[in-house]
Amino acid sequence: MSYIQGETGDWEIVIGLEVHAQVISNAKLFSGAATDFGSEPNSQVSFVDAAFPGMLPVINAFCVEQAVRTGLGLKAEINLQSVFDRKNYFYADLPQGYQISQFQQPIVGKGEIVLDLPDGSSRTVGVTRLHLEQDAGKSLHDQHPSKTYIDLNRSGVALMEIVSEPDMRTSEEAGAYVRKLRSILRYLGTCDGNMEEGSMRCDVNVSVRRPGEPFGTRCEIKNVNSIRFVMQAIEYEARRQIEILEEGGKIDQETRLWDTTKFVTRSMRSKEEAHDYRYFPDPDLLPLELEPEWVEDIKRTLPELPDDKKARFIQDFKLSPYDAGVLVAEKARADYFETVAKGRDPKMAANWVTGDLFGALNKSGKDIEESPVTAENLGGLIDLIADNTISGRIAKEVFEAMFETGEKAADIVEKKGLRQVTDTGAIESSIDAVMAANADKVAEFRSGKDKLFGFFVGQVMKATQGKANPALVNEILTAKLKG
Amino acid sequence: MSLDKATVAKIAHLARIKVPDDELEDLAGDLSRILSFVEQLNEVDTKDVAPMTSVAAQKLRRRKDEVTDGGYRDAVLSNGPETAEGFYVVPKVVE
Amino acid sequence: MAELTRLTMAQALDGLSKKDFTAVELTEAHVGAMEAVRPLNAYITETPDQALEMARASDARRAKGEAGPMDGLPIAVKDLFCTKGVATTAASRILEGFVPPYESTVTANLWRDGAVMLGKVNLDEFAMGSANITSHHGEVVSPWSPGAPGSWSRRIVPGGSSGGSAAVVAARAALGATGTDTGGSIRQPAGYTGIVGIKPTYGRCSRWGVVAYASSLDQAGPMTRTVEDAAIMLRSMCGFDPKDSTSVDMAVPDFRAALTGDIRGLRVGIPREYRVDGMPAEIEALWSRGVEWLKAAGAEPVEISLPHTKYALAAYYIVAPAEASSNLARYDGVRFGRRVEGGSLNELYENTRGEGFGKEVQRRILIGTYVLSAGYYDAYYLKAQKVRTRIKQDFDEAFRSCDVILTPTAPSTPFAIGDNSDDPVQMYLNDVFTVPVNLAGLPGMSVPAGLGGDGLPLGLQLIGRPFDEETLLRVGQAIETAANFTATPPFMA
Ligand SMILES: [Mg+2]
Ligand SMILES: [Zn+2]
Repeated sequence: MSYIQGETGDWEIVIGLEVHAQVISNAKLFSGAATDFGSEPNSQVSFVDAAFPGMLPVINAFCVEQAVRTGLGLKAEINLQSVFDRKNYFYADLPQGYQISQFQQPIVGKGEIVLDLPDGSSRTVGVTRLHLEQDAGKSLHDQHPSKTYIDLNRSGVALMEIVSEPDMRTSEEAGAYVRKLRSILRYLGTCDGNMEEGSMRCDVNVSVRRPGEPFGTRCEIKNVNSIRFVMQAIEYEARRQIEILEEGGKIDQETRLWDTTKFVTRSMRSKEEAHDYRYFPDPDLLPLELEPEWVEDIKRTLPELPDDKKARFIQDFKLSPYDAGVLVAEKARADYFETVAKGRDPKMAANWVTGDLFGALNKSGKDIEESPVTAENLGGLIDLIADNTISGRIAKEVFEAMFETGEKAADIVEKKGLRQVTDTGAIESSIDAVMAANADKVAEFRSGKDKLFGFFVGQVMKATQGKANPALVNEILTAKLKG
Repeated sequence: MSLDKATVAKIAHLARIKVPDDELEDLAGDLSRILSFVEQLNEVDTKDVAPMTSVAAQKLRRRKDEVTDGGYRDAVLSNGPETAEGFYVVPKVVE
Repeated sequence: MAELTRLTMAQALDGLSKKDFTAVELTEAHVGAMEAVRPLNAYITETPDQALEMARASDARRAKGEAGPMDGLPIAVKDLFCTKGVATTAASRILEGFVPPYESTVTANLWRDGAVMLGKVNLDEFAMGSANITSHHGEVVSPWSPGAPGSWSRRIVPGGSSGGSAAVVAARAALGATGTDTGGSIRQPAGYTGIVGIKPTYGRCSRWGVVAYASSLDQAGPMTRTVEDAAIMLRSMCGFDPKDSTSVDMAVPDFRAALTGDIRGLRVGIPREYRVDGMPAEIEALWSRGVEWLKAAGAEPVEISLPHTKYALAAYYIVAPAEASSNLARYDGVRFGRRVEGGSLNELYENTRGEGFGKEVQRRILIGTYVLSAGYYDAYYLKAQKVRTRIKQDFDEAFRSCDVILTPTAPSTPFAIGDNSDDPVQMYLNDVFTVPVNLAGLPGMSVPAGLGGDGLPLGLQLIGRPFDEETLLRVGQAIETAANFTATPPFMA
């Protein structure tokens, strides 16, 4: 357990997350308008989305399927009957005056997410529920000095609200939760997890308590849009609450905002009014009923998810939990690794992927999808090492060239003449030349100065421009130096 | 249930309806009368009775995930009391 | 051409097909009638040019042998149905200036079948009312009011909320009209004006494009002068609509073919609980006469019990306002209709809705807001929905021993404008016989059956099993035949 030290003793942070994940679908949850990001304002709006008189919702089958798929991916209960409710409140970007959401009977019940922590350990966090709901439109406050502009393109887009149990205790855990959830959603293809574009948004519930005491009063920080901000907001908010409590004050339950320029949380004036959402079942919709066989069909077609993949990598490839965790975090990375590892030494493949490749990608700011070195080509490089065409050292040089040019390893080796020398005669003559030129050192070695062996290896490699097979050099050198 | 003026004012605000102060009294009377009328429902035994969710015994139909609507911004904005640059416009909202 | 406006739809279709007159002639006669009945304040928007254009197109179709089931018939549309390019107000100030860029499914179905739109007719604001006195466009006067326009001794209400529809059909200023019925808004005004009105089974008519009052109760239906006309118009109005999740995917019967005249052996339920205190003797007597008529036609009356009838109104006045409070949240002055500016967004909302909604609508929104609010939901809304289940169970039980139920349409005769209006609860009592039908989603129908002592019409109501409008129509026609209701209002076009 990691506690925060206050002036008057230790404090524990209690964190729960509500993540709004935009469902990947062509059309909106209850209307046939498109969901594309970044279109002209109000160009993807139907009369249903703008809540014109007499307009009615009809649910998108694929959005339902995506929610069920996500629920299954979170190992959660799927509720064969769920109900859509209206959450009533007035807001400029909420045209109906209510949001169609799910309140008492969500489509997905209790599930779980396993966090992969930086030290390689894991920890399970409970998922309370997942429900389907409509997104609101967008209010733009900076287009005019005294006006707010409303764009309804997002109005009605399907969201999954995924609510966690208050199971997290540190900002790192919260960060790991969001990262893992995003990874699962991407594996499933149900949400692109793009936080900058707002397709994944976090509401963070934070409270503090003395270790072992009951939960304290919580504050909800709304719409935090990056993992870094989630972690920073928690740290700030916990400190703020501890300070208040240590000064003898009490926490007001309220909605707060993460200020991305001042790095503080502040009270949201617009949400300060007492909430009374007056939930009731939407009479325009009937209860949503799912066939058990249909749910089973979706279950059968679920892809392998990060946890299973990680276990398999550890089991089949004998990778460390850490390496396995790093590789499965993104499906594209895991796929890349598997292509490289196929028919090759998995340990070596893992080292190349997590070491050289990720390092180079990181440095150049590229995603794995944009890697100049394809998985096939990296495999080719490893093959050249394995069949002794090049040495491990030369391979680093070849890799750099591959990353720069995108060419195949074999082509680079040919072009640059980097092929390893395995001809014993050639190596022998190199060694003879080195020994002849360093007769004094040979004598020293023979009189017991073993440490000089490295010197001879270095000289031979230098003479062969690093192309001599190191094992052969060792073997022949040992024999010759013995005399 | 008898509603007082303060409660009526609160509900009116929740419903975003401006009610002049001098009308609150009468309105409270009307609403109270309606509420006491509907409270006769307490006489009905509804133990183990499921609330009605839909009168028609049918299942919720689901439509295909196809783009079939939208893309008519002018029509969407044509009735707007105030619009600019393709947006609806309202007084500035402070968050 | 007064006689053209006296025709029934069936007669008009006959005349059109025999080329006795054209759709243009029929429409011109009705355009004249529409102007003549202006003292009733029944039309909010007259669309004579559109009517004549539609009539010309109808004549062209007929000439090519492509006439639809309602081709050339001029009708009025309750101003709750969105009509593309034609102002739609819901009789509310808040929808001032609103011109829908789309057509409701029901009216689109009618135009598909060749009907001609004369205009949009008045109603209670957002269909909330039983007398058509809450309209922003003023109250509608029943053509049955004694005397003549300008010298009416009493201005009688046409009933509501479909009061404009009822008035123009009764006054021969349209061959039929669309209505909507949430708690009796088709049947009660039909009863009050001596015409036929059907509220079909919930799910028969699409609600898409109809301004919503209470979504789980609203249903559109026809208002006509004969049962046969109702059958013709109902067939065109209803049908499966994928745009309405509560629309039922079921074939539409040829309702006219159901009018066989044979009701022998049918069991007609007479609900004991509908003998309410204070019901005028003449209504009681008319009800008994109705039973006798059906018996004479070979049906068998059976006494039934609908024990929760008494609680229907209370349940209705929780469920309907609750849904309305949410349905009407979209009228906020931002995207359409009237806006009253304010310094902040909340002020804009409050000003717009404070000035845009009339008193009765405000009352219902506030009640609805209250019964859904934190701490009251279970005691009011949830309780009402449970009572609703009970009411539905009553009907299910009753339909085991009968095929159709006969009741009066309303517990009172039409009253004068100004009566009952000081106490909202008193006004609500008009719906006591019609409301249970909406709560249970059943089909109901009002048929004119006679005149009261004051010379005003009285109707009988038939209630059917879900989706059994055919039996309703067949029995309705038996009553129509036996009652031989030939009285006409003092004021007609
Ligand atoms: Mg939430
Ligand atoms: Zn949400």
